Amino acid sequence: MTMDIELTVNGEHVRESVEPRMSLADFLRERLQLTGTHLGCEMGACGACLVLLGGKPVHACLVLAVQAAGETVETIEGLSESGAIADLQAAFHDRNALQCGFCTTGMMVNAHALLGDNPAPERAEIRDALSGNYCRCTGYEAIVDAIDATARKRASDVEAPA
Amino acid sequence: MKSPAFDYIRARSVAHALETYRSLDGEGVYLAGGHSVVPSLTLRLQAPAALIDLSGIDALTGISLDDGWLRIGAMTRHAEVAADPMIRDHAHLFHLAAPHVAHPAIRNRGTIGGSLSLADPASEFPAVALALRAEMEVAGHDGVRRVKADDFFLDIYETAMDPGEILQAILVPPVRAGDVAVFDELARRRGDYAMVGAAVQAMVDAGRVADISIAFFSVGNKPTRAGAAESALRGARLDDATIAAAQSALDADLDPSDEPQMPASVRRHLARVLLGRLLGHLGTTA
Amino acid sequence: MTLQDTNTAAARAPHIGQAHRRQTARRHLAGRGRFVSDIVLPRMLHAAFVRSPMARGRIVEIDTRDAEQSPGVVRVFTARDLNPSCKPWTGTLDHFASMVSAPQNILAEEEVLWAGHPVAMVLARTRAEAEDACELVMLDIEEGEACVDGHAALSGDAPRAAPGLDSNLCFQTVLETMAVDAAFAGAAHVVEGDFTFGRHTAVTLEPRSVVADFDAASEQLTVHHGTQTPYQFQDIYARHFGLSESRVRVIAPDVGGSFGMKLHLYNEEMAAVAASLKLGRPVKFVADRLESFVSDIHARDHKVSARMALDAEGTILAMEVDDMTQIGAFSTYPRTSVAEGNQVVRLMGAPYRMPDYRGRLSVVFQNKVQTSQYRAVGHPIACAVTEALVDKAAARLGVDPFEIRARNVVPDDAYPFVSATGYSFEKLSHEACLAKLRDLMDYDALRAEQAALRERGIYRGIGIAPFVEITNPGAAFYGVGGARISAQDGAVVRLTPSGEVQCAISVTEQGQGTETIISQIVADQLGVAPEQVKVTTGDTDTTPSGGATWACRGAGIGGETALRAGRKLQGQILALAGQILQSDPADLALADGHVVDAQSGTRRMPLAEIGRIATYRPDTLPEAADNSLTAAEHFAPSGYPFDFTNGIQASLVEVDVETGIVRLLKHWVVEDCGRIINPLLVDEQIRGGVVQGLGPALFEECLYDETGQMTNASLADYLVPMACEMPDIVIGHVETPTNDTILGAKGVGEAGTAAAGVAALNAVNDALSPFKAEIRQTPMTPLRILAALGHV
Ligand SMILES: Cc1cc2nc3c(=O)[nH]c(=O)nc-3n(C[C@H](O)[C@H](O)[C@H](O)COP(=O)(O)OP(=O)(O)OC[C@H]3O[C@@H](n4cnc5c(N)ncnc54)[C@H](O)[C@@H]3O)c2cc1C
Ligand code: FES
Ligand code: FES
Repeated sequence: MTMDIELTVNGEHVRESVEPRMSLADFLRERLQLTGTHLGCEMGACGACLVLLGGKPVHACLVLAVQAAGETVETIEGLSESGAIADLQAAFHDRNALQCGFCTTGMMVNAHALLGDNPAPERAEIRDALSGNYCRCTGYEAIVDAIDATARKRASDVEAPA
Repeated sequence: MKSPAFDYIRARSVAHALETYRSLDGEGVYLAGGHSVVPSLTLRLQAPAALIDLSGIDALTGISLDDGWLRIGAMTRHAEVAADPMIRDHAHLFHLAAPHVAHPAIRNRGTIGGSLSLADPASEFPAVALALRAEMEVAGHDGVRRVKADDFFLDIYETAMDPGEILQAILVPPVRAGDVAVFDELARRRGDYAMVGAAVQAMVDAGRVADISIAFFSVGNKPTRAGAAESALRGARLDDATIAAAQSALDADLDPSDEPQMPASVRRHLARVLLGRLLGHLGTTA
Repeated sequence: MTLQDTNTAAARAPHIGQAHRRQTARRHLAGRGRFVSDIVLPRMLHAAFVRSPMARGRIVEIDTRDAEQSPGVVRVFTARDLNPSCKPWTGTLDHFASMVSAPQNILAEEEVLWAGHPVAMVLARTRAEAEDACELVMLDIEEGEACVDGHAALSGDAPRAAPGLDSNLCFQTVLETMAVDAAFAGAAHVVEGDFTFGRHTAVTLEPRSVVADFDAASEQLTVHHGTQTPYQFQDIYARHFGLSESRVRVIAPDVGGSFGMKLHLYNEEMAAVAASLKLGRPVKFVADRLESFVSDIHARDHKVSARMALDAEGTILAMEVDDMTQIGAFSTYPRTSVAEGNQVVRLMGAPYRMPDYRGRLSVVFQNKVQTSQYRAVGHPIACAVTEALVDKAAARLGVDPFEIRARNVVPDDAYPFVSATGYSFEKLSHEACLAKLRDLMDYDALRAEQAALRERGIYRGIGIAPFVEITNPGAAFYGVGGARISAQDGAVVRLTPSGEVQCAISVTEQGQGTETIISQIVADQLGVAPEQVKVTTGDTDTTPSGGATWACRGAGIGGETALRAGRKLQGQILALAGQILQSDPADLALADGHVVDAQSGTRRMPLAEIGRIATYRPDTLPEAADNSLTAAEHFAPSGYPFDFTNGIQASLVEVDVETGIVRLLKHWVVEDCGRIINPLLVDEQIRGGVVQGLGPALFEECLYDETGQMTNASLADYLVPMACEMPDIVIGHVETPTNDTILGAKGVGEAGTAAAGVAALNAVNDALSPFKAEIRQTPMTPLRILAALGHV
């Protein structure tokens, strides 16, 4: 059986016919060629597949595409193109907070959501927010630094508007 | 790790869900947050004919106060459990426990009803429901019934719900003056299922324990009330001797299994340590 | 810019040593990485495997009929179909005298030898359909007795782990100096211990992935392969499938982590190639996480008995070590599973003047996943055993851990030095590193704080561990043993017609920043900015052949290659410029994208003009002028067989002595990797490496039951180090360049991993010292710590 679903992905209206068993991650990667959403475990344990569903980070490997019908989804590609995470991207780049890049997109999605909820997180809070995001390359410190730096920069930009 | 094929039906109402379940002849599985169901499918541990999605049913959502009882809809996500002010004020133990359940993104999808229905003995919420002496509102073809938490959790992944019944809401009894709650768990990494965890709800009056309920998780095949420890505490002053007595009483309460990575004796030891710390904390909180 | 500036900047190599950011990182930040798992080709099929559910057994029957009828399925292959197309591989090397291993082929033939051994391959239109069909393959296996424990496997009547073996001993060697026994006999103190190091595995976030694409019309095999060593696989695919090497192209695009795990040969990759050759269609295999755990190589798995002799002043006289490495049913191909143990017994006591040594190594087969080289091959084991014993000795003598090490490290002015195990050290800096670490961590203040907290029942521990790391390996590693594994690397550097630079190089990029440092090095040779140097890696068709990425060679060997190629091109450009400008090339130099006057720095002509004339107006050049503007260079180290680096690490922990839970509070590293090309990238290599050492010290372990089943083979059950549990890491440097190369760089990729684990182990034991408790097994789980404390 396949089902027709309609949803909004990165601001674009999408209509596709899918098998109910298809995960949102496979749907994004295979149907929409949005390969910035990665798969590292397919069981919610690594965070490589994080996307925003209705504005909140979720594991695209554990959501079925049919469950996302009628919803809005934002992926790393959308967040990048809209400029919403431009400062985070710059901070990650500057701090070299990525190596192989495979965890990076999930990290960015999570960091973006964290700073939305908590604009001035402590380092421990940043680590806690990343508690489900696995990175084998960096050892995490640079990622924490980059998120921390972004939060501080946003705060100082608000205090001293250009 | 791709799921086997199945159909998907979005239930419009509890009645529709119950009816759909019946029509599937035992081959249907309810889907709430899906964060336990979907991994079990990708691991091919089960192969249902269809998933019945409960997320669109209004009757399963919402948090409200009714006659002092707090009603938490089954579809309430873990993140809402952590953030909701009514839960913080009227079911504080759930508020304390929620941040320990998995990781932030999982808490955005996982539901309290899914967690209680699944009855994983390592999960936080079932133990909290026990400690709060909560009741489960269960809908079936014969109508709605209420099941006390003490009677709800039967065994590993087994509850008092009959196949096809739906958990509609969790009902938490009214808060009493002097109620205090403490919760903690010993986990190897942040967000992991605990090696041992416990939820404690108590009434402490002038240094004496007027009432207490203690529920452990990750200590056996189901969340477990520590009746003997509660008896050792009830009516007693919360001093070192009482705490020690409660800790020794735990041996009678808990029957953890022996596993190569976690012998029963170690779990018992950890449970005693955790209880000691929680009671110490209770002394300072009350 | 003033002339003066130009001059000195050029002289000083303005970009080497700078913290340039990685240009390629921007793609990843935008979600535009291109990994093998992302690749989709026309008519591509997806592979899934039916695997042995048990560790040892005889295949009675495989029935694939139902699976073949399953929707979407194109073919189901068993050993009978695929194995004949492939020449078997055997993981032995000549320089490991008399080592043995059974030959392997793609799919299990008569016997299954570990739980996870692939038995059948399903090819379908989607991975989901392939998995559906796997469930329909009927597999009848008669269960046999598995070898699980290494000691038991060595007993005479133990079952053999693989057919054709006379015993379960893969390899044995003894290394000794003349006076070991005398040293122990005369020692004032002997400390000893038995150590157990658990198995763990790489868990790269991107699992192993391959897309094999054979085009029968052109007889071209293209393999998109998430590997760190494309040339090695080009050679293997050509030889084992009987193809012409020039028609085998291996492309490694973005690779989501490798750490040594992605340079071994695996059944599934060979199956994908074999299937594509048979079907003439692209075949994709991406391991899912469950498959990764039972097919990616595992690492370590050692049992070590060791003792150390010291005189009354605490001078180390000798060590005696017996290491048993447990490796699975086969030795891996083409690098073997022996290199790990070999390095364990050779790196023992490496930082110290210790004159005598005996090391015994036994490498043993068992019915588990193969173990083999993984980041910091052998180092963490040798370092852990040595440093744990040094700490024990310090405690015995009542000497501070810094002091006992200061008394024993090879002094900084004593080089060159040959170790008791036979390694030649060109120049190391243990004394400088010890001093620097002590300052960096404010050691005395930490000790005071520790004492104060202990009064309050808070148990903190401090552990330190000097280390020596093997980098820049020459042919001594594998080549001498007959392996077709390149010890040299190659670079081709060209000036484009518009005066920019392209460098194609054999070393590869998995996020370490290889491409960035190569661009910095080349830029400095040609007087351009690194952004103007486009570096290409990871494609056997477009880059020169070489070793690629293994055993820390990117900077030391790849960098030197790029430097020499860059200088060669510099010579060509200056010669051409000399002809165009009617000047002596010796009076010219390159800076700021120009040919300049070497003395004054005055600009003579832009590089773009050289490119234009050489490309579009060669007619204006003198007859014999070389207008190729292309230079190739291949470099292999020829002085020392390896360049050793050194450093020291420290760990601060807090142990909850009631629960056995360890918190890592902070970590320090002082590292000497020779000339630092890019400090930002070096520090991040160290941090990542440290966490890869701390993971197995506290969390990571492949657990097996007594039947040989891995019991935690998923990312929910296998505990990787996560952000909340890992400490911040403070890094300091000492720079002792090697004189073996012009560049002077050594490797840094494995330093972090080498000593992080034992720094934590020593710290935990320090914290436990008031209880006279000691732990000698990793990972240090709460259970093991509670056991050490006598709570269980
Ligand atoms: C990586 C990871 C880590 C996790 N860590 C933790 C943890 O530390 N602690 C913890 O407690 N949980 C943990 N979980 C589980 C998570 O909290 C689950 O989401 C939760 O237990 C189940 O909720 P759900 O809404 O996802 O239920 P689902 O997966 O949708 O359903 C679970 C089960 O309950 C049934 N069901 C669901 N709702 C109802 C209902 N209203 N009436 C009747 N039956 C119903 C379903 O049929 C199914 O059998 C983790 C999950 C993951 C993926
Ligand atoms: S792939 Fe979704 S969490 Fe790992
Ligand atoms: S950068 Fe490689 S996994 Fe994080």
